[in-house]
Amino acid sequence: MARFIIRRLLQMVVVVFVLSLMLFFWLRSLPGGTVSAILGERATPQTRAALTKALGLDQPVWVQYWRFVERAAHGEFGTSTRVLPGADALDIFLSRLPATIELSFFALLLAVVLAIPLGYLSARRAGSPLDSGLVVTSLVGVAVPVFFLAFLLKYQLAVEHHVFPVSGRQDNLSCTRVTNFFVLDGLLTREYDCSVSALKHLVLPSLALATIPFAVIYRITRASVLEVLGEDYVRTAESKGLTARVIRGRHVLRNALLPVVTTIGLQTGGLLAGAVLTEKVFNWGGIGNALADAFEGRDYAVLQVLILAAAMIYVVINLLVDISYAVIDPRVRTR
Amino acid sequence: MSLPTPANRRKERVDALAATAATGPGGALLEAGSVDEKPGVSLIASAWRRLRRDPVFLLGAAITLVFVVLALVSPLIAPHDPGANLLIDKVRPQTNPVPGPEPGFPLGADDVGRDLLSRLLVGSQQTLVVGVFATLFGLTGGLTLGILAGAFGGWVDSLVMRVVDVLLSIPSLLLAFSIAAIASRPSQLTVIIAVAAVQVPVFARLLRGSMLAQRHSDHVLAARALGVTRRAVVFRHMVPNSLAPVIVQSTLVLAVSIIDAAALSFLGLGNPNDRQPEWGQMLGRAQTYIYDSPHLAVYPALCIIVVALGFTLMGESLREALDPKSRR
Amino acid sequence: MTATATTPRTGRPGQEPLLSVRDLRVTFRRQGEEPFTAVDGVSFDVRPGQTVGLVGESGCGKSVTSLAIMGLLPARGNTVEGTATYDGTDLLGLPPDQMRDRRGRDIAMIFQDPLSSLNPVIPIGLQVTEVLERHRGMRRRAARPLARDLLDRVGIPDPDRRLTDYPHQLSGGMRQRALIAMALACEPRLLIADEPTTALDVTIQAQILRLLKELVEETGTALVMITHDLGVVAGLCDEVNVLYGGRIVERGERHELFAAPRHPYTSGLLASIPRLDGARGAPLTPIPGSVADNLPWESACAFAPRCSQPVQRCTAETPRLEESAGRALRCFNPVEVTR
Repeated sequence: MARFIIRRLLQMVVVVFVLSLMLFFWLRSLPGGTVSAILGERATPQTRAALTKALGLDQPVWVQYWRFVERAAHGEFGTSTRVLPGADALDIFLSRLPATIELSFFALLLAVVLAIPLGYLSARRAGSPLDSGLVVTSLVGVAVPVFFLAFLLKYQLAVEHHVFPVSGRQDNLSCTRVTNFFVLDGLLTREYDCSVSALKHLVLPSLALATIPFAVIYRITRASVLEVLGEDYVRTAESKGLTARVIRGRHVLRNALLPVVTTIGLQTGGLLAGAVLTEKVFNWGGIGNALADAFEGRDYAVLQVLILAAAMIYVVINLLVDISYAVIDPRVRTR
Repeated sequence: MSLPTPANRRKERVDALAATAATGPGGALLEAGSVDEKPGVSLIASAWRRLRRDPVFLLGAAITLVFVVLALVSPLIAPHDPGANLLIDKVRPQTNPVPGPEPGFPLGADDVGRDLLSRLLVGSQQTLVVGVFATLFGLTGGLTLGILAGAFGGWVDSLVMRVVDVLLSIPSLLLAFSIAAIASRPSQLTVIIAVAAVQVPVFARLLRGSMLAQRHSDHVLAARALGVTRRAVVFRHMVPNSLAPVIVQSTLVLAVSIIDAAALSFLGLGNPNDRQPEWGQMLGRAQTYIYDSPHLAVYPALCIIVVALGFTLMGESLREALDPKSRR
Repeated sequence: MTATATTPRTGRPGQEPLLSVRDLRVTFRRQGEEPFTAVDGVSFDVRPGQTVGLVGESGCGKSVTSLAIMGLLPARGNTVEGTATYDGTDLLGLPPDQMRDRRGRDIAMIFQDPLSSLNPVIPIGLQVTEVLERHRGMRRRAARPLARDLLDRVGIPDPDRRLTDYPHQLSGGMRQRALIAMALACEPRLLIADEPTTALDVTIQAQILRLLKELVEETGTALVMITHDLGVVAGLCDEVNVLYGGRIVERGERHELFAAPRHPYTSGLLASIPRLDGARGAPLTPIPGSVADNLPWESACAFAPRCSQPVQRCTAETPRLEESAGRALRCFNPVEVTR
């Protein structure tokens, strides 16, 4: 087990190294190059020249790369030009992170809570109208562009009928901030109306963000349960006369959920891409919205932090998924 | 000491039945292979026989066919030039930013007075171009990497797969955004490249995986033992047998690339020149008027959803038909 | 092998059968397919302590027979007719819940592939104790020593450690022993073994067969042995039923059947296996053709196209299963007895 984790950690180091190389060359290939990336395009030729020298852009590529790594290690990514002009790019990322984590958490929760039971039900009744209906729904869910769905929800349930708030994370209630997870903050400070308001704001964006993970997790659960139902050990369990409850929980679900765990992990990383679109539609103050603004305004300082962070988060999540897989699957654990 | 029983029809049928019996009481019934299946029938042929009667596949294929035909003939049937600002005089930025329907313009016009119906019809063309070329580029890149890795193994394999892993470790849409951001002058081509690039690692991994599995399979070992050259083994034996999953993936990528292209436009990373309409671009740019004139977004969105669904339905039923595991 | 020295227990004719299968018929019906009768009027008895073999090629209906008796066929897509009377109760007519109560307690089953038949993510111990929890109402902790003893009894070394092991940590033979321990946990009066040795190495096969034989003798459990392997039958069974195309074609006491097979199919089976006591270099004679060549039983003998000595009637009439002197035979032109 320990060896497994160490091996995965080493692999991660390699991945991060290649990632940093790619980010480095990506920045160099951006229109205007690294100097613009840091100074923005409105800088004077003098400051450009100064920075070019300061950054050692006249140095060989490998020295430049080393400088880049050094700066990144110190959290120096430059200042934002468009998203929040003048602000430190890393600060923007850190201050916006809780909003995105909160949104992703609820979206994923929604997806998992709906997808696993429905996937199981679908597999048990494979071929029934319920099953076909759910399969088609999941396929449609993947075919709908996320931002269009977000618009649709917003238009129908917020603009036309005022069921949910149109945008933002919370009504203006002058709530106390503790963790910047608004729902949690409300609970911690006992300002329950703050939590309720935050939850109301969460409904539509989570729903929009949850569609793709829902569709994917649902399909995997269904396929996995179908496969496990045909396994010999389920027949063995039946031959022992075990109750339906034990067979369902211990023998079917426990095995069927193994691939589902991996899928959930992968979807968690993918949520960030969806968050870019969803947060923009709902004007959500998270890193997704910052990324959207940064892409639109070519704010490269913010972009490089956010992209590096996004990839790192994804890599770490994958590592955690692998480890949790090893914990729940004895075939990996005891090897 | 087993009995001399060659593989045969009845045995297979009973085995299949016994396999379904494994689900136990109340268990789901798995689809059984067709009765007329002869032993030794090739995967493709039997897949086709199943697909022919599969309503899901037929629906997907029908949508795809209509879409392709539309893309080919739309310039001929479109009532107006999709790039001409015919109703520009009716656009009033304050009171009437998007002209409504009127005779000759059943769906009205967009914010610069171009006939919406014509744009939707002709839009199928560029949408097909985006989908097909993004898939082709992604496929070509992925095939090259995958064949390199799968055929040579060793350090080539390690190197290629490490890069592929890293590319896969970035959420795909985010990668597409990043690549599109490199372009100093975005165009249809940069959109296609960005959308295709994220599919390269997917195809590479897919192909490498299935080729690796085959490198140790009996038919490849047999070919090697017979002294067949490496190139012949790779191209005559390994590549053709790895194609089934690639074909399936391609159909799915067709759908994904059209949706992704829309997302690029939505973020302002799309093709700024919209004289030649494309649905994703139309949808992405409709956000400005989304509350006053939601139909500007709804029509292209519906087109995208239907076409993407068509490709997906086709891809999923292909996957099921080509998967030997589901052939029971 | 000490067990071979004991006198073979033949079926005790005076005793009431424990399981009595009558006219069992299993038909699979699927959308867009013709109904397919996998088991076609099979009848046989199993008396307490007796070991009965069901022998035949893949597809002859032997596994479907056992699954039908156990109530393990899918709920949809098939019809099961006939009766399987166990201790006065027709199992086939039992509501699913009552059948569930009996499975694992009165009747247990051992399957072919021990690796795939064991749940890979649950320790062996729990897979044994769950049977005791279910049918004996025991707490898991209380059931553990019993599970340990069971593993010990089926010859698994270091049973304490094995309780916490997972199936992939055991060898093939060990896994099959664990499966047997699970089946025997509640001391069922009837055990059905479906090809229990097919997936194992030859040396392990012999060990497992010896174990089964010993356990059956110790506990007095009746055993239905399903196999395509006549070697297994020879070492274990008191009575043998030979199945072909879903019907029994010959039945007899083991020694008699082996010494003087009457049905050409049985005779063919025996001729196609190597024998230690046979002449060196004597050729093995396979049965030509395959079950794909079968004729429908409704109007002929299904085996006729592959038969070594068919006569005119074989392709025109359905042979009936004729019983006489403890033997049964379904053939118009049986093999001459040459003693």
